[in-house]
Amino acid sequence: MKICVCIKHVPDTAANIKLAGEQGFEDSECKFVVNPYDEYGLEESVSLVEKNGGEVVVVTVGKEAATATIRSAMAMGAHRAILVKTEGQFLDSALTCKALKAAIEKDGTPDIIFTGKGSVDTEGFQTQYRLAAALGIPVVNEVSKLTVDGSKAVMERETGSGEREVVEMTLPGIIGATKGLNEPRYPKFPDIMKAKKKPIDVIPLSDLGIDEGAGKSVLVKLEATPERSGAKMLEGSVTEQVAQLVKILKEEEKVI
Amino acid sequence: MAKTGVLIELGDGKVKETNFGVLTAARGASGDNEVCAFVMNADAEAIKSELSAYGASKIVNITSSGDLGASPDLQAASLAAAAKEYGLDALLGLFSATGRDIFARVAAIMDEPMISDCISVDIDGKTGVKSHFSGKTFATIKLDCGIMLATVRPNAIEPAEASVDAEVISFSPSVENNSTVKIIEVKKGGTEKLDLTEAPVIVTGGRAIKASENYKMLEECAALLGAAVGASRAAVDAGYAPHSMQVGQTGKTVSPKLYIACGVSGAVQHFAGMKTSKIIVGINTDKDAPIFAKCDYGIVGDIFEVVPALTEALR
Ligand SMILES: Cc1cc2nc3c(=O)[nH]c(=O)nc-3n(C[C@H](O)[C@H](O)[C@H](O)COP(=O)(O)OP(=O)(O)OC[C@H]3O[C@@H](n4cnc5c(N)ncnc54)[C@H](O)[C@@H]3O)c2cc1C
Repeated sequence: MKICVCIKHVPDTAANIKLAGEQGFEDSECKFVVNPYDEYGLEESVSLVEKNGGEVVVVTVGKEAATATIRSAMAMGAHRAILVKTEGQFLDSALTCKALKAAIEKDGTPDIIFTGKGSVDTEGFQTQYRLAAALGIPVVNEVSKLTVDGSKAVMERETGSGEREVVEMTLPGIIGATKGLNEPRYPKFPDIMKAKKKPIDVIPLSDLGIDEGAGKSVLVKLEATPERSGAKMLEGSVTEQVAQLVKILKEEEKVI
Repeated sequence: MAKTGVLIELGDGKVKETNFGVLTAARGASGDNEVCAFVMNADAEAIKSELSAYGASKIVNITSSGDLGASPDLQAASLAAAAKEYGLDALLGLFSATGRDIFARVAAIMDEPMISDCISVDIDGKTGVKSHFSGKTFATIKLDCGIMLATVRPNAIEPAEASVDAEVISFSPSVENNSTVKIIEVKKGGTEKLDLTEAPVIVTGGRAIKASENYKMLEECAALLGAAVGASRAAVDAGYAPHSMQVGQTGKTVSPKLYIACGVSGAVQHFAGMKTSKIIVGINTDKDAPIFAKCDYGIVGDIFEVVPALTEALR
């Protein structure tokens, strides 16, 4: 069984994002990690291969610095990796899809491709769907439960207030993972050491005939979210504070 | 004047409240866009007046010979066909579990760029504003497109009525569907509670709630506010609440007009999921809790005293 897992190199969600210019941020100053949702896909890939044999190939589209993130994915059990190297900070989902497709096809089509449900940096929620359409295979996203039975995958996805859909598709296919699917493992020291020796095939994006500037979804401006300047603290006894709050919410803010 | 389509989401045959903000956005800055509302295999006559009250002049009921409900790919292909048939300049929907799934499929089929989870959209400018980096930044994205595809964060755009005359049309596209993706069962959540992402008001209990049965206290308060009840990850991890109630980066992203955080410290990952709420109220025993630096109104106090008092005051 061959499994590809698409992993994005993203800033840690706890990291401070310092803006640089109109359309970028200081990426040399913040900690990067495996996109948290991709981690569920990675864990699932590794445990499926532990059970059934085969190999797990990480496919990443990103800057050179992504090799550090790829190493941590390898420490979790991936066998080898392909990095399609970009120069810029943001690549739109259609171009990312082209890059992933070219890299995956060059390597040989896998039985399953895992992704996360979305990435925590640009929050686009679409690359896996574009990849599925481009490869002509099915996709199910936001999967929190999975059973693989031969060439069939049966999955669950949460759709509302606790409501879940049971969905099936034939493999090869793409599965977008989310919380609930598994508990990603913490790599042990020997695994971290072993990961350093695993092969990473680096392919510049331009070698795949993709023009980094051709994106049709263009980031015009990146700005800090307006922050609240601190709460108006209510005073008095509990009853007084609550009475004030209700009055404000009704009369001033008109939200209740 | 642009021609804009909106995919309407129904719950038990009724139009979900969150659609009205999307219809409002679809009318555009000038308010004179022609708006087509799309529904799938629905009783379009029954919901006509509700949709036309928000400016939809065409209610298009998409029907199909195949089982639309069981095939997200058939829904997407049908919607893409409808977008072409009606010559749309833009197609909007909700960034809900269903909406984002269908729209991503539509974008892939049409090979058009798309903006997900917008907090505002400018149809003429083909731009949208959305969160990047878990709500820490806003990105303005411009599309170089044939049709503008965008999903809107539920409740992010304030609905405004603008009644028009409407006609109901039936559209049966002939689309090929050989997708193997099939919904074989829908498991109900057991409760008929309002989904967090759709709720206009949310009362959330954090780790301080201490036990699952204590959520009853929040539910009583929520019932008077027409609110849904949420939880922090710490509360979910401790087993006090199911993951479906979790707000935040690894839970739901919500944008209600009022968010009351009870015994929540205010971690960035929690804020990632509720930062775009209109008004945020924090209740916490610790006057230095980070939440007070990031919310609109704060009460320093014990939730087990403050919440019952609030419930009383609302009665
Ligand atoms: C990758 C990642 C993803 C994450 N995703 C999420 C997410 O989706 N959602 C989320 O919420 N968190 C998420 N977190 C966790 C987040 O960092 C915090 O740990 C979490 O939000 C804390 O929850 P809390 O505020 O309920 O608990 P705590 O931080 O423990 O805060 C409890 C608060 O309650 C107050 N308190 C205690 N007793 C009382 C009382 N009787 N009355 C009033 N106040 C009281 C305390 O003063 C304290 O401020 C994530 C973390 C990571 C690393």
